[in-house]
Amino acid sequence: MTQPSVGLFVTCLVDLMRPATGFAAAELIEAAGFRVEVPAAQTCCGQPAYNSGNTEDTRAIAKQVIAAFEGFDYVVVPSGSCGGTLRKHYPELFAADAAWQARAESLADKTFELTQFLQEHAKSNEKLLAWEVAATYHDSCSGLRELGIKGQPRELLSKVDGLSLIEGQEAETCCGFGGLFCVKYGDISEEIVSAKVADIDKTGADLVLGGDLGCLMNIAGRLKRLGRPTEVRHVAEVLAGMRDAPAIGEPDG
Amino acid sequence: MDSTTRQFKDNARGALDDAQLQNALDKLGRGFPLKRLEAAARLPEFERLRDQAREIKNHVLDNLDFYLEAFEAKVEAAGGQVHWCADADAARRTIGEICKAAGAKTVTKSKSMIGEEIAINDYLENEGIEPIETDLGEYIIQLRREPPSHIIAPAIHLSMGQVEETFRESHADLDPDRALDEPRKLLEEARTRLRDRFLGADVGLTGANMLIAETGSNVLVTNEGNADLTYSLPRVHIVIASLEKIVPTLEDASTILRVLARSATGQEMSVYTTFCTGVRRPGDLDGPEEYHVVLLDNGRSKLLGTESHEMLRCIRCGACLNHCPVYRSVGGHAYGWVYSGPMGAVLIPGLIGMDEAAHLPNASTLCGRCEQVCPMRIPLPRMLRAWRHKLYESRRTGALGRWALEGWAWLARRPRLYRLIMGLGVAGLGMLGRRRGRFRRLPLAGGWTGGRDLPAPEGDTFIQQWHKGARGDASGERLRRRGR
Repeated sequence: MTQPSVGLFVTCLVDLMRPATGFAAAELIEAAGFRVEVPAAQTCCGQPAYNSGNTEDTRAIAKQVIAAFEGFDYVVVPSGSCGGTLRKHYPELFAADAAWQARAESLADKTFELTQFLQEHAKSNEKLLAWEVAATYHDSCSGLRELGIKGQPRELLSKVDGLSLIEGQEAETCCGFGGLFCVKYGDISEEIVSAKVADIDKTGADLVLGGDLGCLMNIAGRLKRLGRPTEVRHVAEVLAGMRDAPAIGEPDG
Repeated sequence: MDSTTRQFKDNARGALDDAQLQNALDKLGRGFPLKRLEAAARLPEFERLRDQAREIKNHVLDNLDFYLEAFEAKVEAAGGQVHWCADADAARRTIGEICKAAGAKTVTKSKSMIGEEIAINDYLENEGIEPIETDLGEYIIQLRREPPSHIIAPAIHLSMGQVEETFRESHADLDPDRALDEPRKLLEEARTRLRDRFLGADVGLTGANMLIAETGSNVLVTNEGNADLTYSLPRVHIVIASLEKIVPTLEDASTILRVLARSATGQEMSVYTTFCTGVRRPGDLDGPEEYHVVLLDNGRSKLLGTESHEMLRCIRCGACLNHCPVYRSVGGHAYGWVYSGPMGAVLIPGLIGMDEAAHLPNASTLCGRCEQVCPMRIPLPRMLRAWRHKLYESRRTGALGRWALEGWAWLARRPRLYRLIMGLGVAGLGMLGRRRGRFRRLPLAGGWTGGRDLPAPEGDTFIQQWHKGARGDASGERLRRRGR
């Protein structure tokens, strides 16, 4: 029997900034019994244009993503906000175009954020590779509020031997990234991420995990500017036991 | 009220540098959200009530004309009068005329955001009538001649020390050595000052949390009881309310009251909830001889049927402000007009125009917490995006930003070219940044690197590596170690 296919929408940030997260995601999906494919025609989900009010360009980009991914059994995205764009916002874009709306809805129905996919489709009680660390989890806003990602990464992490999860009081509070917001309103973004870092400090965790690279780069960037040793990683890297890649913003080797 | 919304960025910078304000905002951010959460947890049907509240207002907005006319008929039957005012100017003049006809020298006022919206205090002062704010927060900021910084906690930006200073300055006739070092003493001083003003006022001006079509009543919700003294002691009661405050029945009002205080302050109910209906009837011991409802549109009817339609469900609880990371960073004054936070960012462009308010819909991370806590389930992020779309389409978005965005989008639609150009870019940055793993400074990245390092890219893109076959080694080895 052939394995069901998963189109990995790796996201522009993972593609360009942190391929390690993409490899970790691919590995986890394969280990769960799926065949992973990475269409070369993918660039970005169009979120920067969408959130800037540039709907026309967003539609063009969405059509490209739909065409590239609609042939797979599943589409998996290692990001709550890009996943949310495919699942929630693409169908809204084509309210006036029934044919494309149907295609967008069909794509949305089979698109999953990575931890949601692993939790729903890779039901396994098997232990993952051990990782001795005190970690805390940042719930990225779009994943949490658009897709309901909350328990999934935590349940997956509970299978990692040696990893203890310490919840931040403000785990569900925005980190201040907000896509282009963080450069358009850099001062405000800095204030918000400073509050996030203060909450992380309070947990005493040595590792910050999350499911969205944008937020993680923002948090890591602030932690490093403040000279904190706290490391930051995408949750997929820990689930895949990918220790060879340095944490986000850390030097190679 | 004049707007400083165009200067949002400068306002925000000032707010971020104001240590006292930051301290106050920290307290607000820790207090209100926790109290709301606890209150919601104590009421099993809270989520269901939110659905019901939303449906009540949806029904009202679909039948606004019907309920407003029904309300007017009931007000008239109870001896009152409704004044339909299309804009702020009409509302101000109407209020001024009622006050003059009553021969008013002083007008006591309970808290009203519509009062702020039409800047009624300035108008009355110019007409030689003294307005006296009776809500403690409003009283304090009136003395300081400041606008409110929060729709339910107008003086939330101030410390106790600042209030003490204001009282010493404004109440110069009192003993300069008196102790004012605790909230209770400040409160008592304000109460003492206000007592005679309540008794001497010719007109009482209140807002309305709701208007009820079934009975022609207005609902007043306070924690201080000041609204009750404001409307019941003077001879004339004027209610100022915007037209979307209407609900059909008393039952509907009670549904909304059940979500209002819980969302706002985490109280089950506010301390005082009053329903005022018409004028004093024969045999009544107190109550006004005249009852006027100044019904304000001021641009709202134009929002019906637009992307901002659902904003008219808002009951002004302030939950979206209390939970907003941007509001909690810069406070209410930075928004530059009467309203603030997510509800302000959606409402203000509709009321004072996109040119003035172009910053507000953009100054949001779209984190969605506002929608999560809104008792009326207003989809605020979707509405912020709708404004962004209108701003973009009408070319109010900065030219440089548009050019960059459209250039990037052009590239994103050409995957092969995108791959080539982005590949070269990250290879270069990867090489430069590999040793430290991050950049402290980078040309054109000042918005990011002002307060953060920028993590360096690894070097090769994921898609390059994957299609070169890098995947086999990486995944295979670890999978074997896991024993599959």
